[in-house]
Amino acid sequence: MDLSLTSEQEALRAEVRAWLQANMPREWTRRVMASSDVPRPEAYDFLRTWQRQMYEAGWIGLTWPREYGGRGLSFVEELVVHQEIALAKAPPILNILGVGMAGPTIIAYGTDEQKRRYVSKILSCEEIWCQGYSEPNSGSDLASLQTRAVKDGEYWVINGQKVWTSLAHVADFMMLLARTDPNAPKHKGITYFLLDMRLPGVTVKPLRQLTGDAEFNEVFLDNVRVHGSQVLGGVDNGWAVGLTTLMYERLALGFGLQVRLRITLDGLVELARKMEKNGRALTHDPVMRQKLAQLWIDTEALKYTGARGITKLLRGQMPGPEASAGKMIWVDTHQRIQELAMEIEGPYAQLTPGSDWAVDGGMWQYTFLRSRANSIEGGTTEIQKNIIGERVLGLPKD
Amino acid sequence: MNFGFSEEQELLRATARKFFENECTSTFVRDRMAEPAGVTDDFWTKLAEQGWLGLVYPEEYGGTGLGFVDLTVLMEEMGRASMPGPFFSTVLLGGLAVLEAGSAAQKKEWVAKVAAGQAKIALAWTEPNARWDAAGVTVTAREAGGAFTLSGTKLFVLDAHLADAIVVVARTRESARPEEGITMFLVPRNASGLDVKLLPTMDQTRKQCEVTCKDVRVPADAIVGSKDSGWAPLQRVIDRATVGLAAEMCGGAQRVLDMTTEYAKIRVAFGRPIGAYQGVKHRAADMLVEVENAKSLTYYAAWAVDENSPEAPLAVSMAKAYVSDAFRRIAGAGIQLHGGIGFTWEHDLHLYFKRAKNSEFTFGDATYHRERVAQLIQL
Repeated sequence: MDLSLTSEQEALRAEVRAWLQANMPREWTRRVMASSDVPRPEAYDFLRTWQRQMYEAGWIGLTWPREYGGRGLSFVEELVVHQEIALAKAPPILNILGVGMAGPTIIAYGTDEQKRRYVSKILSCEEIWCQGYSEPNSGSDLASLQTRAVKDGEYWVINGQKVWTSLAHVADFMMLLARTDPNAPKHKGITYFLLDMRLPGVTVKPLRQLTGDAEFNEVFLDNVRVHGSQVLGGVDNGWAVGLTTLMYERLALGFGLQVRLRITLDGLVELARKMEKNGRALTHDPVMRQKLAQLWIDTEALKYTGARGITKLLRGQMPGPEASAGKMIWVDTHQRIQELAMEIEGPYAQLTPGSDWAVDGGMWQYTFLRSRANSIEGGTTEIQKNIIGERVLGLPKD
Repeated sequence: MNFGFSEEQELLRATARKFFENECTSTFVRDRMAEPAGVTDDFWTKLAEQGWLGLVYPEEYGGTGLGFVDLTVLMEEMGRASMPGPFFSTVLLGGLAVLEAGSAAQKKEWVAKVAAGQAKIALAWTEPNARWDAAGVTVTAREAGGAFTLSGTKLFVLDAHLADAIVVVARTRESARPEEGITMFLVPRNASGLDVKLLPTMDQTRKQCEVTCKDVRVPADAIVGSKDSGWAPLQRVIDRATVGLAAEMCGGAQRVLDMTTEYAKIRVAFGRPIGAYQGVKHRAADMLVEVENAKSLTYYAAWAVDENSPEAPLAVSMAKAYVSDAFRRIAGAGIQLHGGIGFTWEHDLHLYFKRAKNSEFTFGDATYHRERVAQLIQL
């Protein structure tokens, strides 16, 4: 057991730290920073430029193959860079679904041509990706999805509807799951398509969330003709390909979100230092100290549970269903951080942007509301518990 | 970076698991619960022969010279077996205190004997005030004519009734800073005026005592370390012992989860194994998440202690805070998911449930350690 880094890895840390110090954008305000997970719509243009800069400097795609724009390094280097990004409180990655999910899945299953065509543009943010999994009647029971793809010569004709599709309104491509064999058992007849969002018949309608923002969408697919070369990983093999994507998603959560969680927690401690109750800072309140310390501990636990996962990867084992545990820990800790921010603000927690009385310009009110989605998006907590129960503990299926 | 165990450590785990499965059966544990000794000479000798009593001691004192990461592996297996007896109190408290602060002569005499299984040393630290901070040390040691006289009562002292000697933490000087003026003394168990009384405790696998000092006279060379500055070495001992305790708790928690999972697969209700129901499955998943987090924090604390990292005290308190809550909750959930059978004396679950309670209050419960975390992160 050795948590120390090699001298090369330490050098990389110094390099990324220096780069961030020199290049952190001035316009990166607390307001924009408040989006600790998914970028907010008003920041898209700014974040697109930022990701491009990060990519050109070599800080995105560290583990991806060199021939597709990556650097061919290990997960340790990836972790080092993520830690420095967090310490610098740098902006998030806009093309998070591309970098976290589409890219690794295309690298794993794509043809040479697909890899050449798509992968590096994901890193540079030239092409943004969204994820077309959920449907109005298929959420947790994803394999029941009904979007149909029917073969017509070299093309597939796709009809159906996707929902809760983050970034679809700015996306260039979608990771699309559609049913290609309606007669096969539900997990068997699904195919994974790389869908060009500009094709005729693709309609995106923003959906307003309880936060008031519209970061996700409904996507209607109406006789969309997709060429056969856009199938990823083989016809009727979409379930296996799609699960790989989800596995990488949860792994990406382990890297990126643990460090973002730490940023949020630091902000919470700052908030507690300046808010007073009965004439003294909340950090002097024994009950509050207990709650803050517990969140600190839980955030650290996620870090070291993640480090054990990375060690498995470095030893050549694939990310497994254990990643579900990481997602659950992250969700639970983040939601409790947001709840505690409201408790710390007390009655001021009710005030939103626009009021001079709002604490920190009403920043925490948005992140608090947004955090309710954490236990639903990317697989509900209930589904994660099923995965852990059945695939880690070996309990019988429901 | 490598945050996993080595092949040698995995081999140690396999060896230990097999050893405890054979030597530390449920029957053996229950027999020890029923008698004061808590251990047999035969079992103790076998631990010595395996080299486990001196695992973390240097070779010059008869030890194996391994680290706390290695010890973590061993203690997880001990916790899994709910192993009774004075391993923890002798090896990680009394023995470690002498190793940490003792003179060359004390180490030569006592540490080597502990490693060989020929002596047991207890640590008498906590008192009826039930505090874990320096102000809690009120037993006095008055100096006169080159000797010291100890007076006062120690409580919750593990295995003092089995010890050949007891390291007594006493106050040699009153000071505005309670950390100053604390001294450790190595007192023979048979010293005149030293009275040891076994306490009836909920967890019968780990014996506790009241130790009363009534004008116990010891010579100056009984001091372990130096006079008035015993608090810092004591804290280092407690931090390292706490890593071992946390590891033992992780092992117990994992065992409860394993028992519960196995039972949920075979117990049928309403025509299906209960593990198929989400009410059971989801609680089991929650148990797994807590076990994994508890292990992660414990392994990090073990590594930090081995590295003498400045973050070691923080790492230890994070681990103990987390695992104290986790083991208690997991042991409780294990009983719940077993239903009526889990509430019987016959089933082993209650051994873990009670051990969880004992361990929770040994060297600081979650509330104490969360406050220590708050201080260490400068909240």
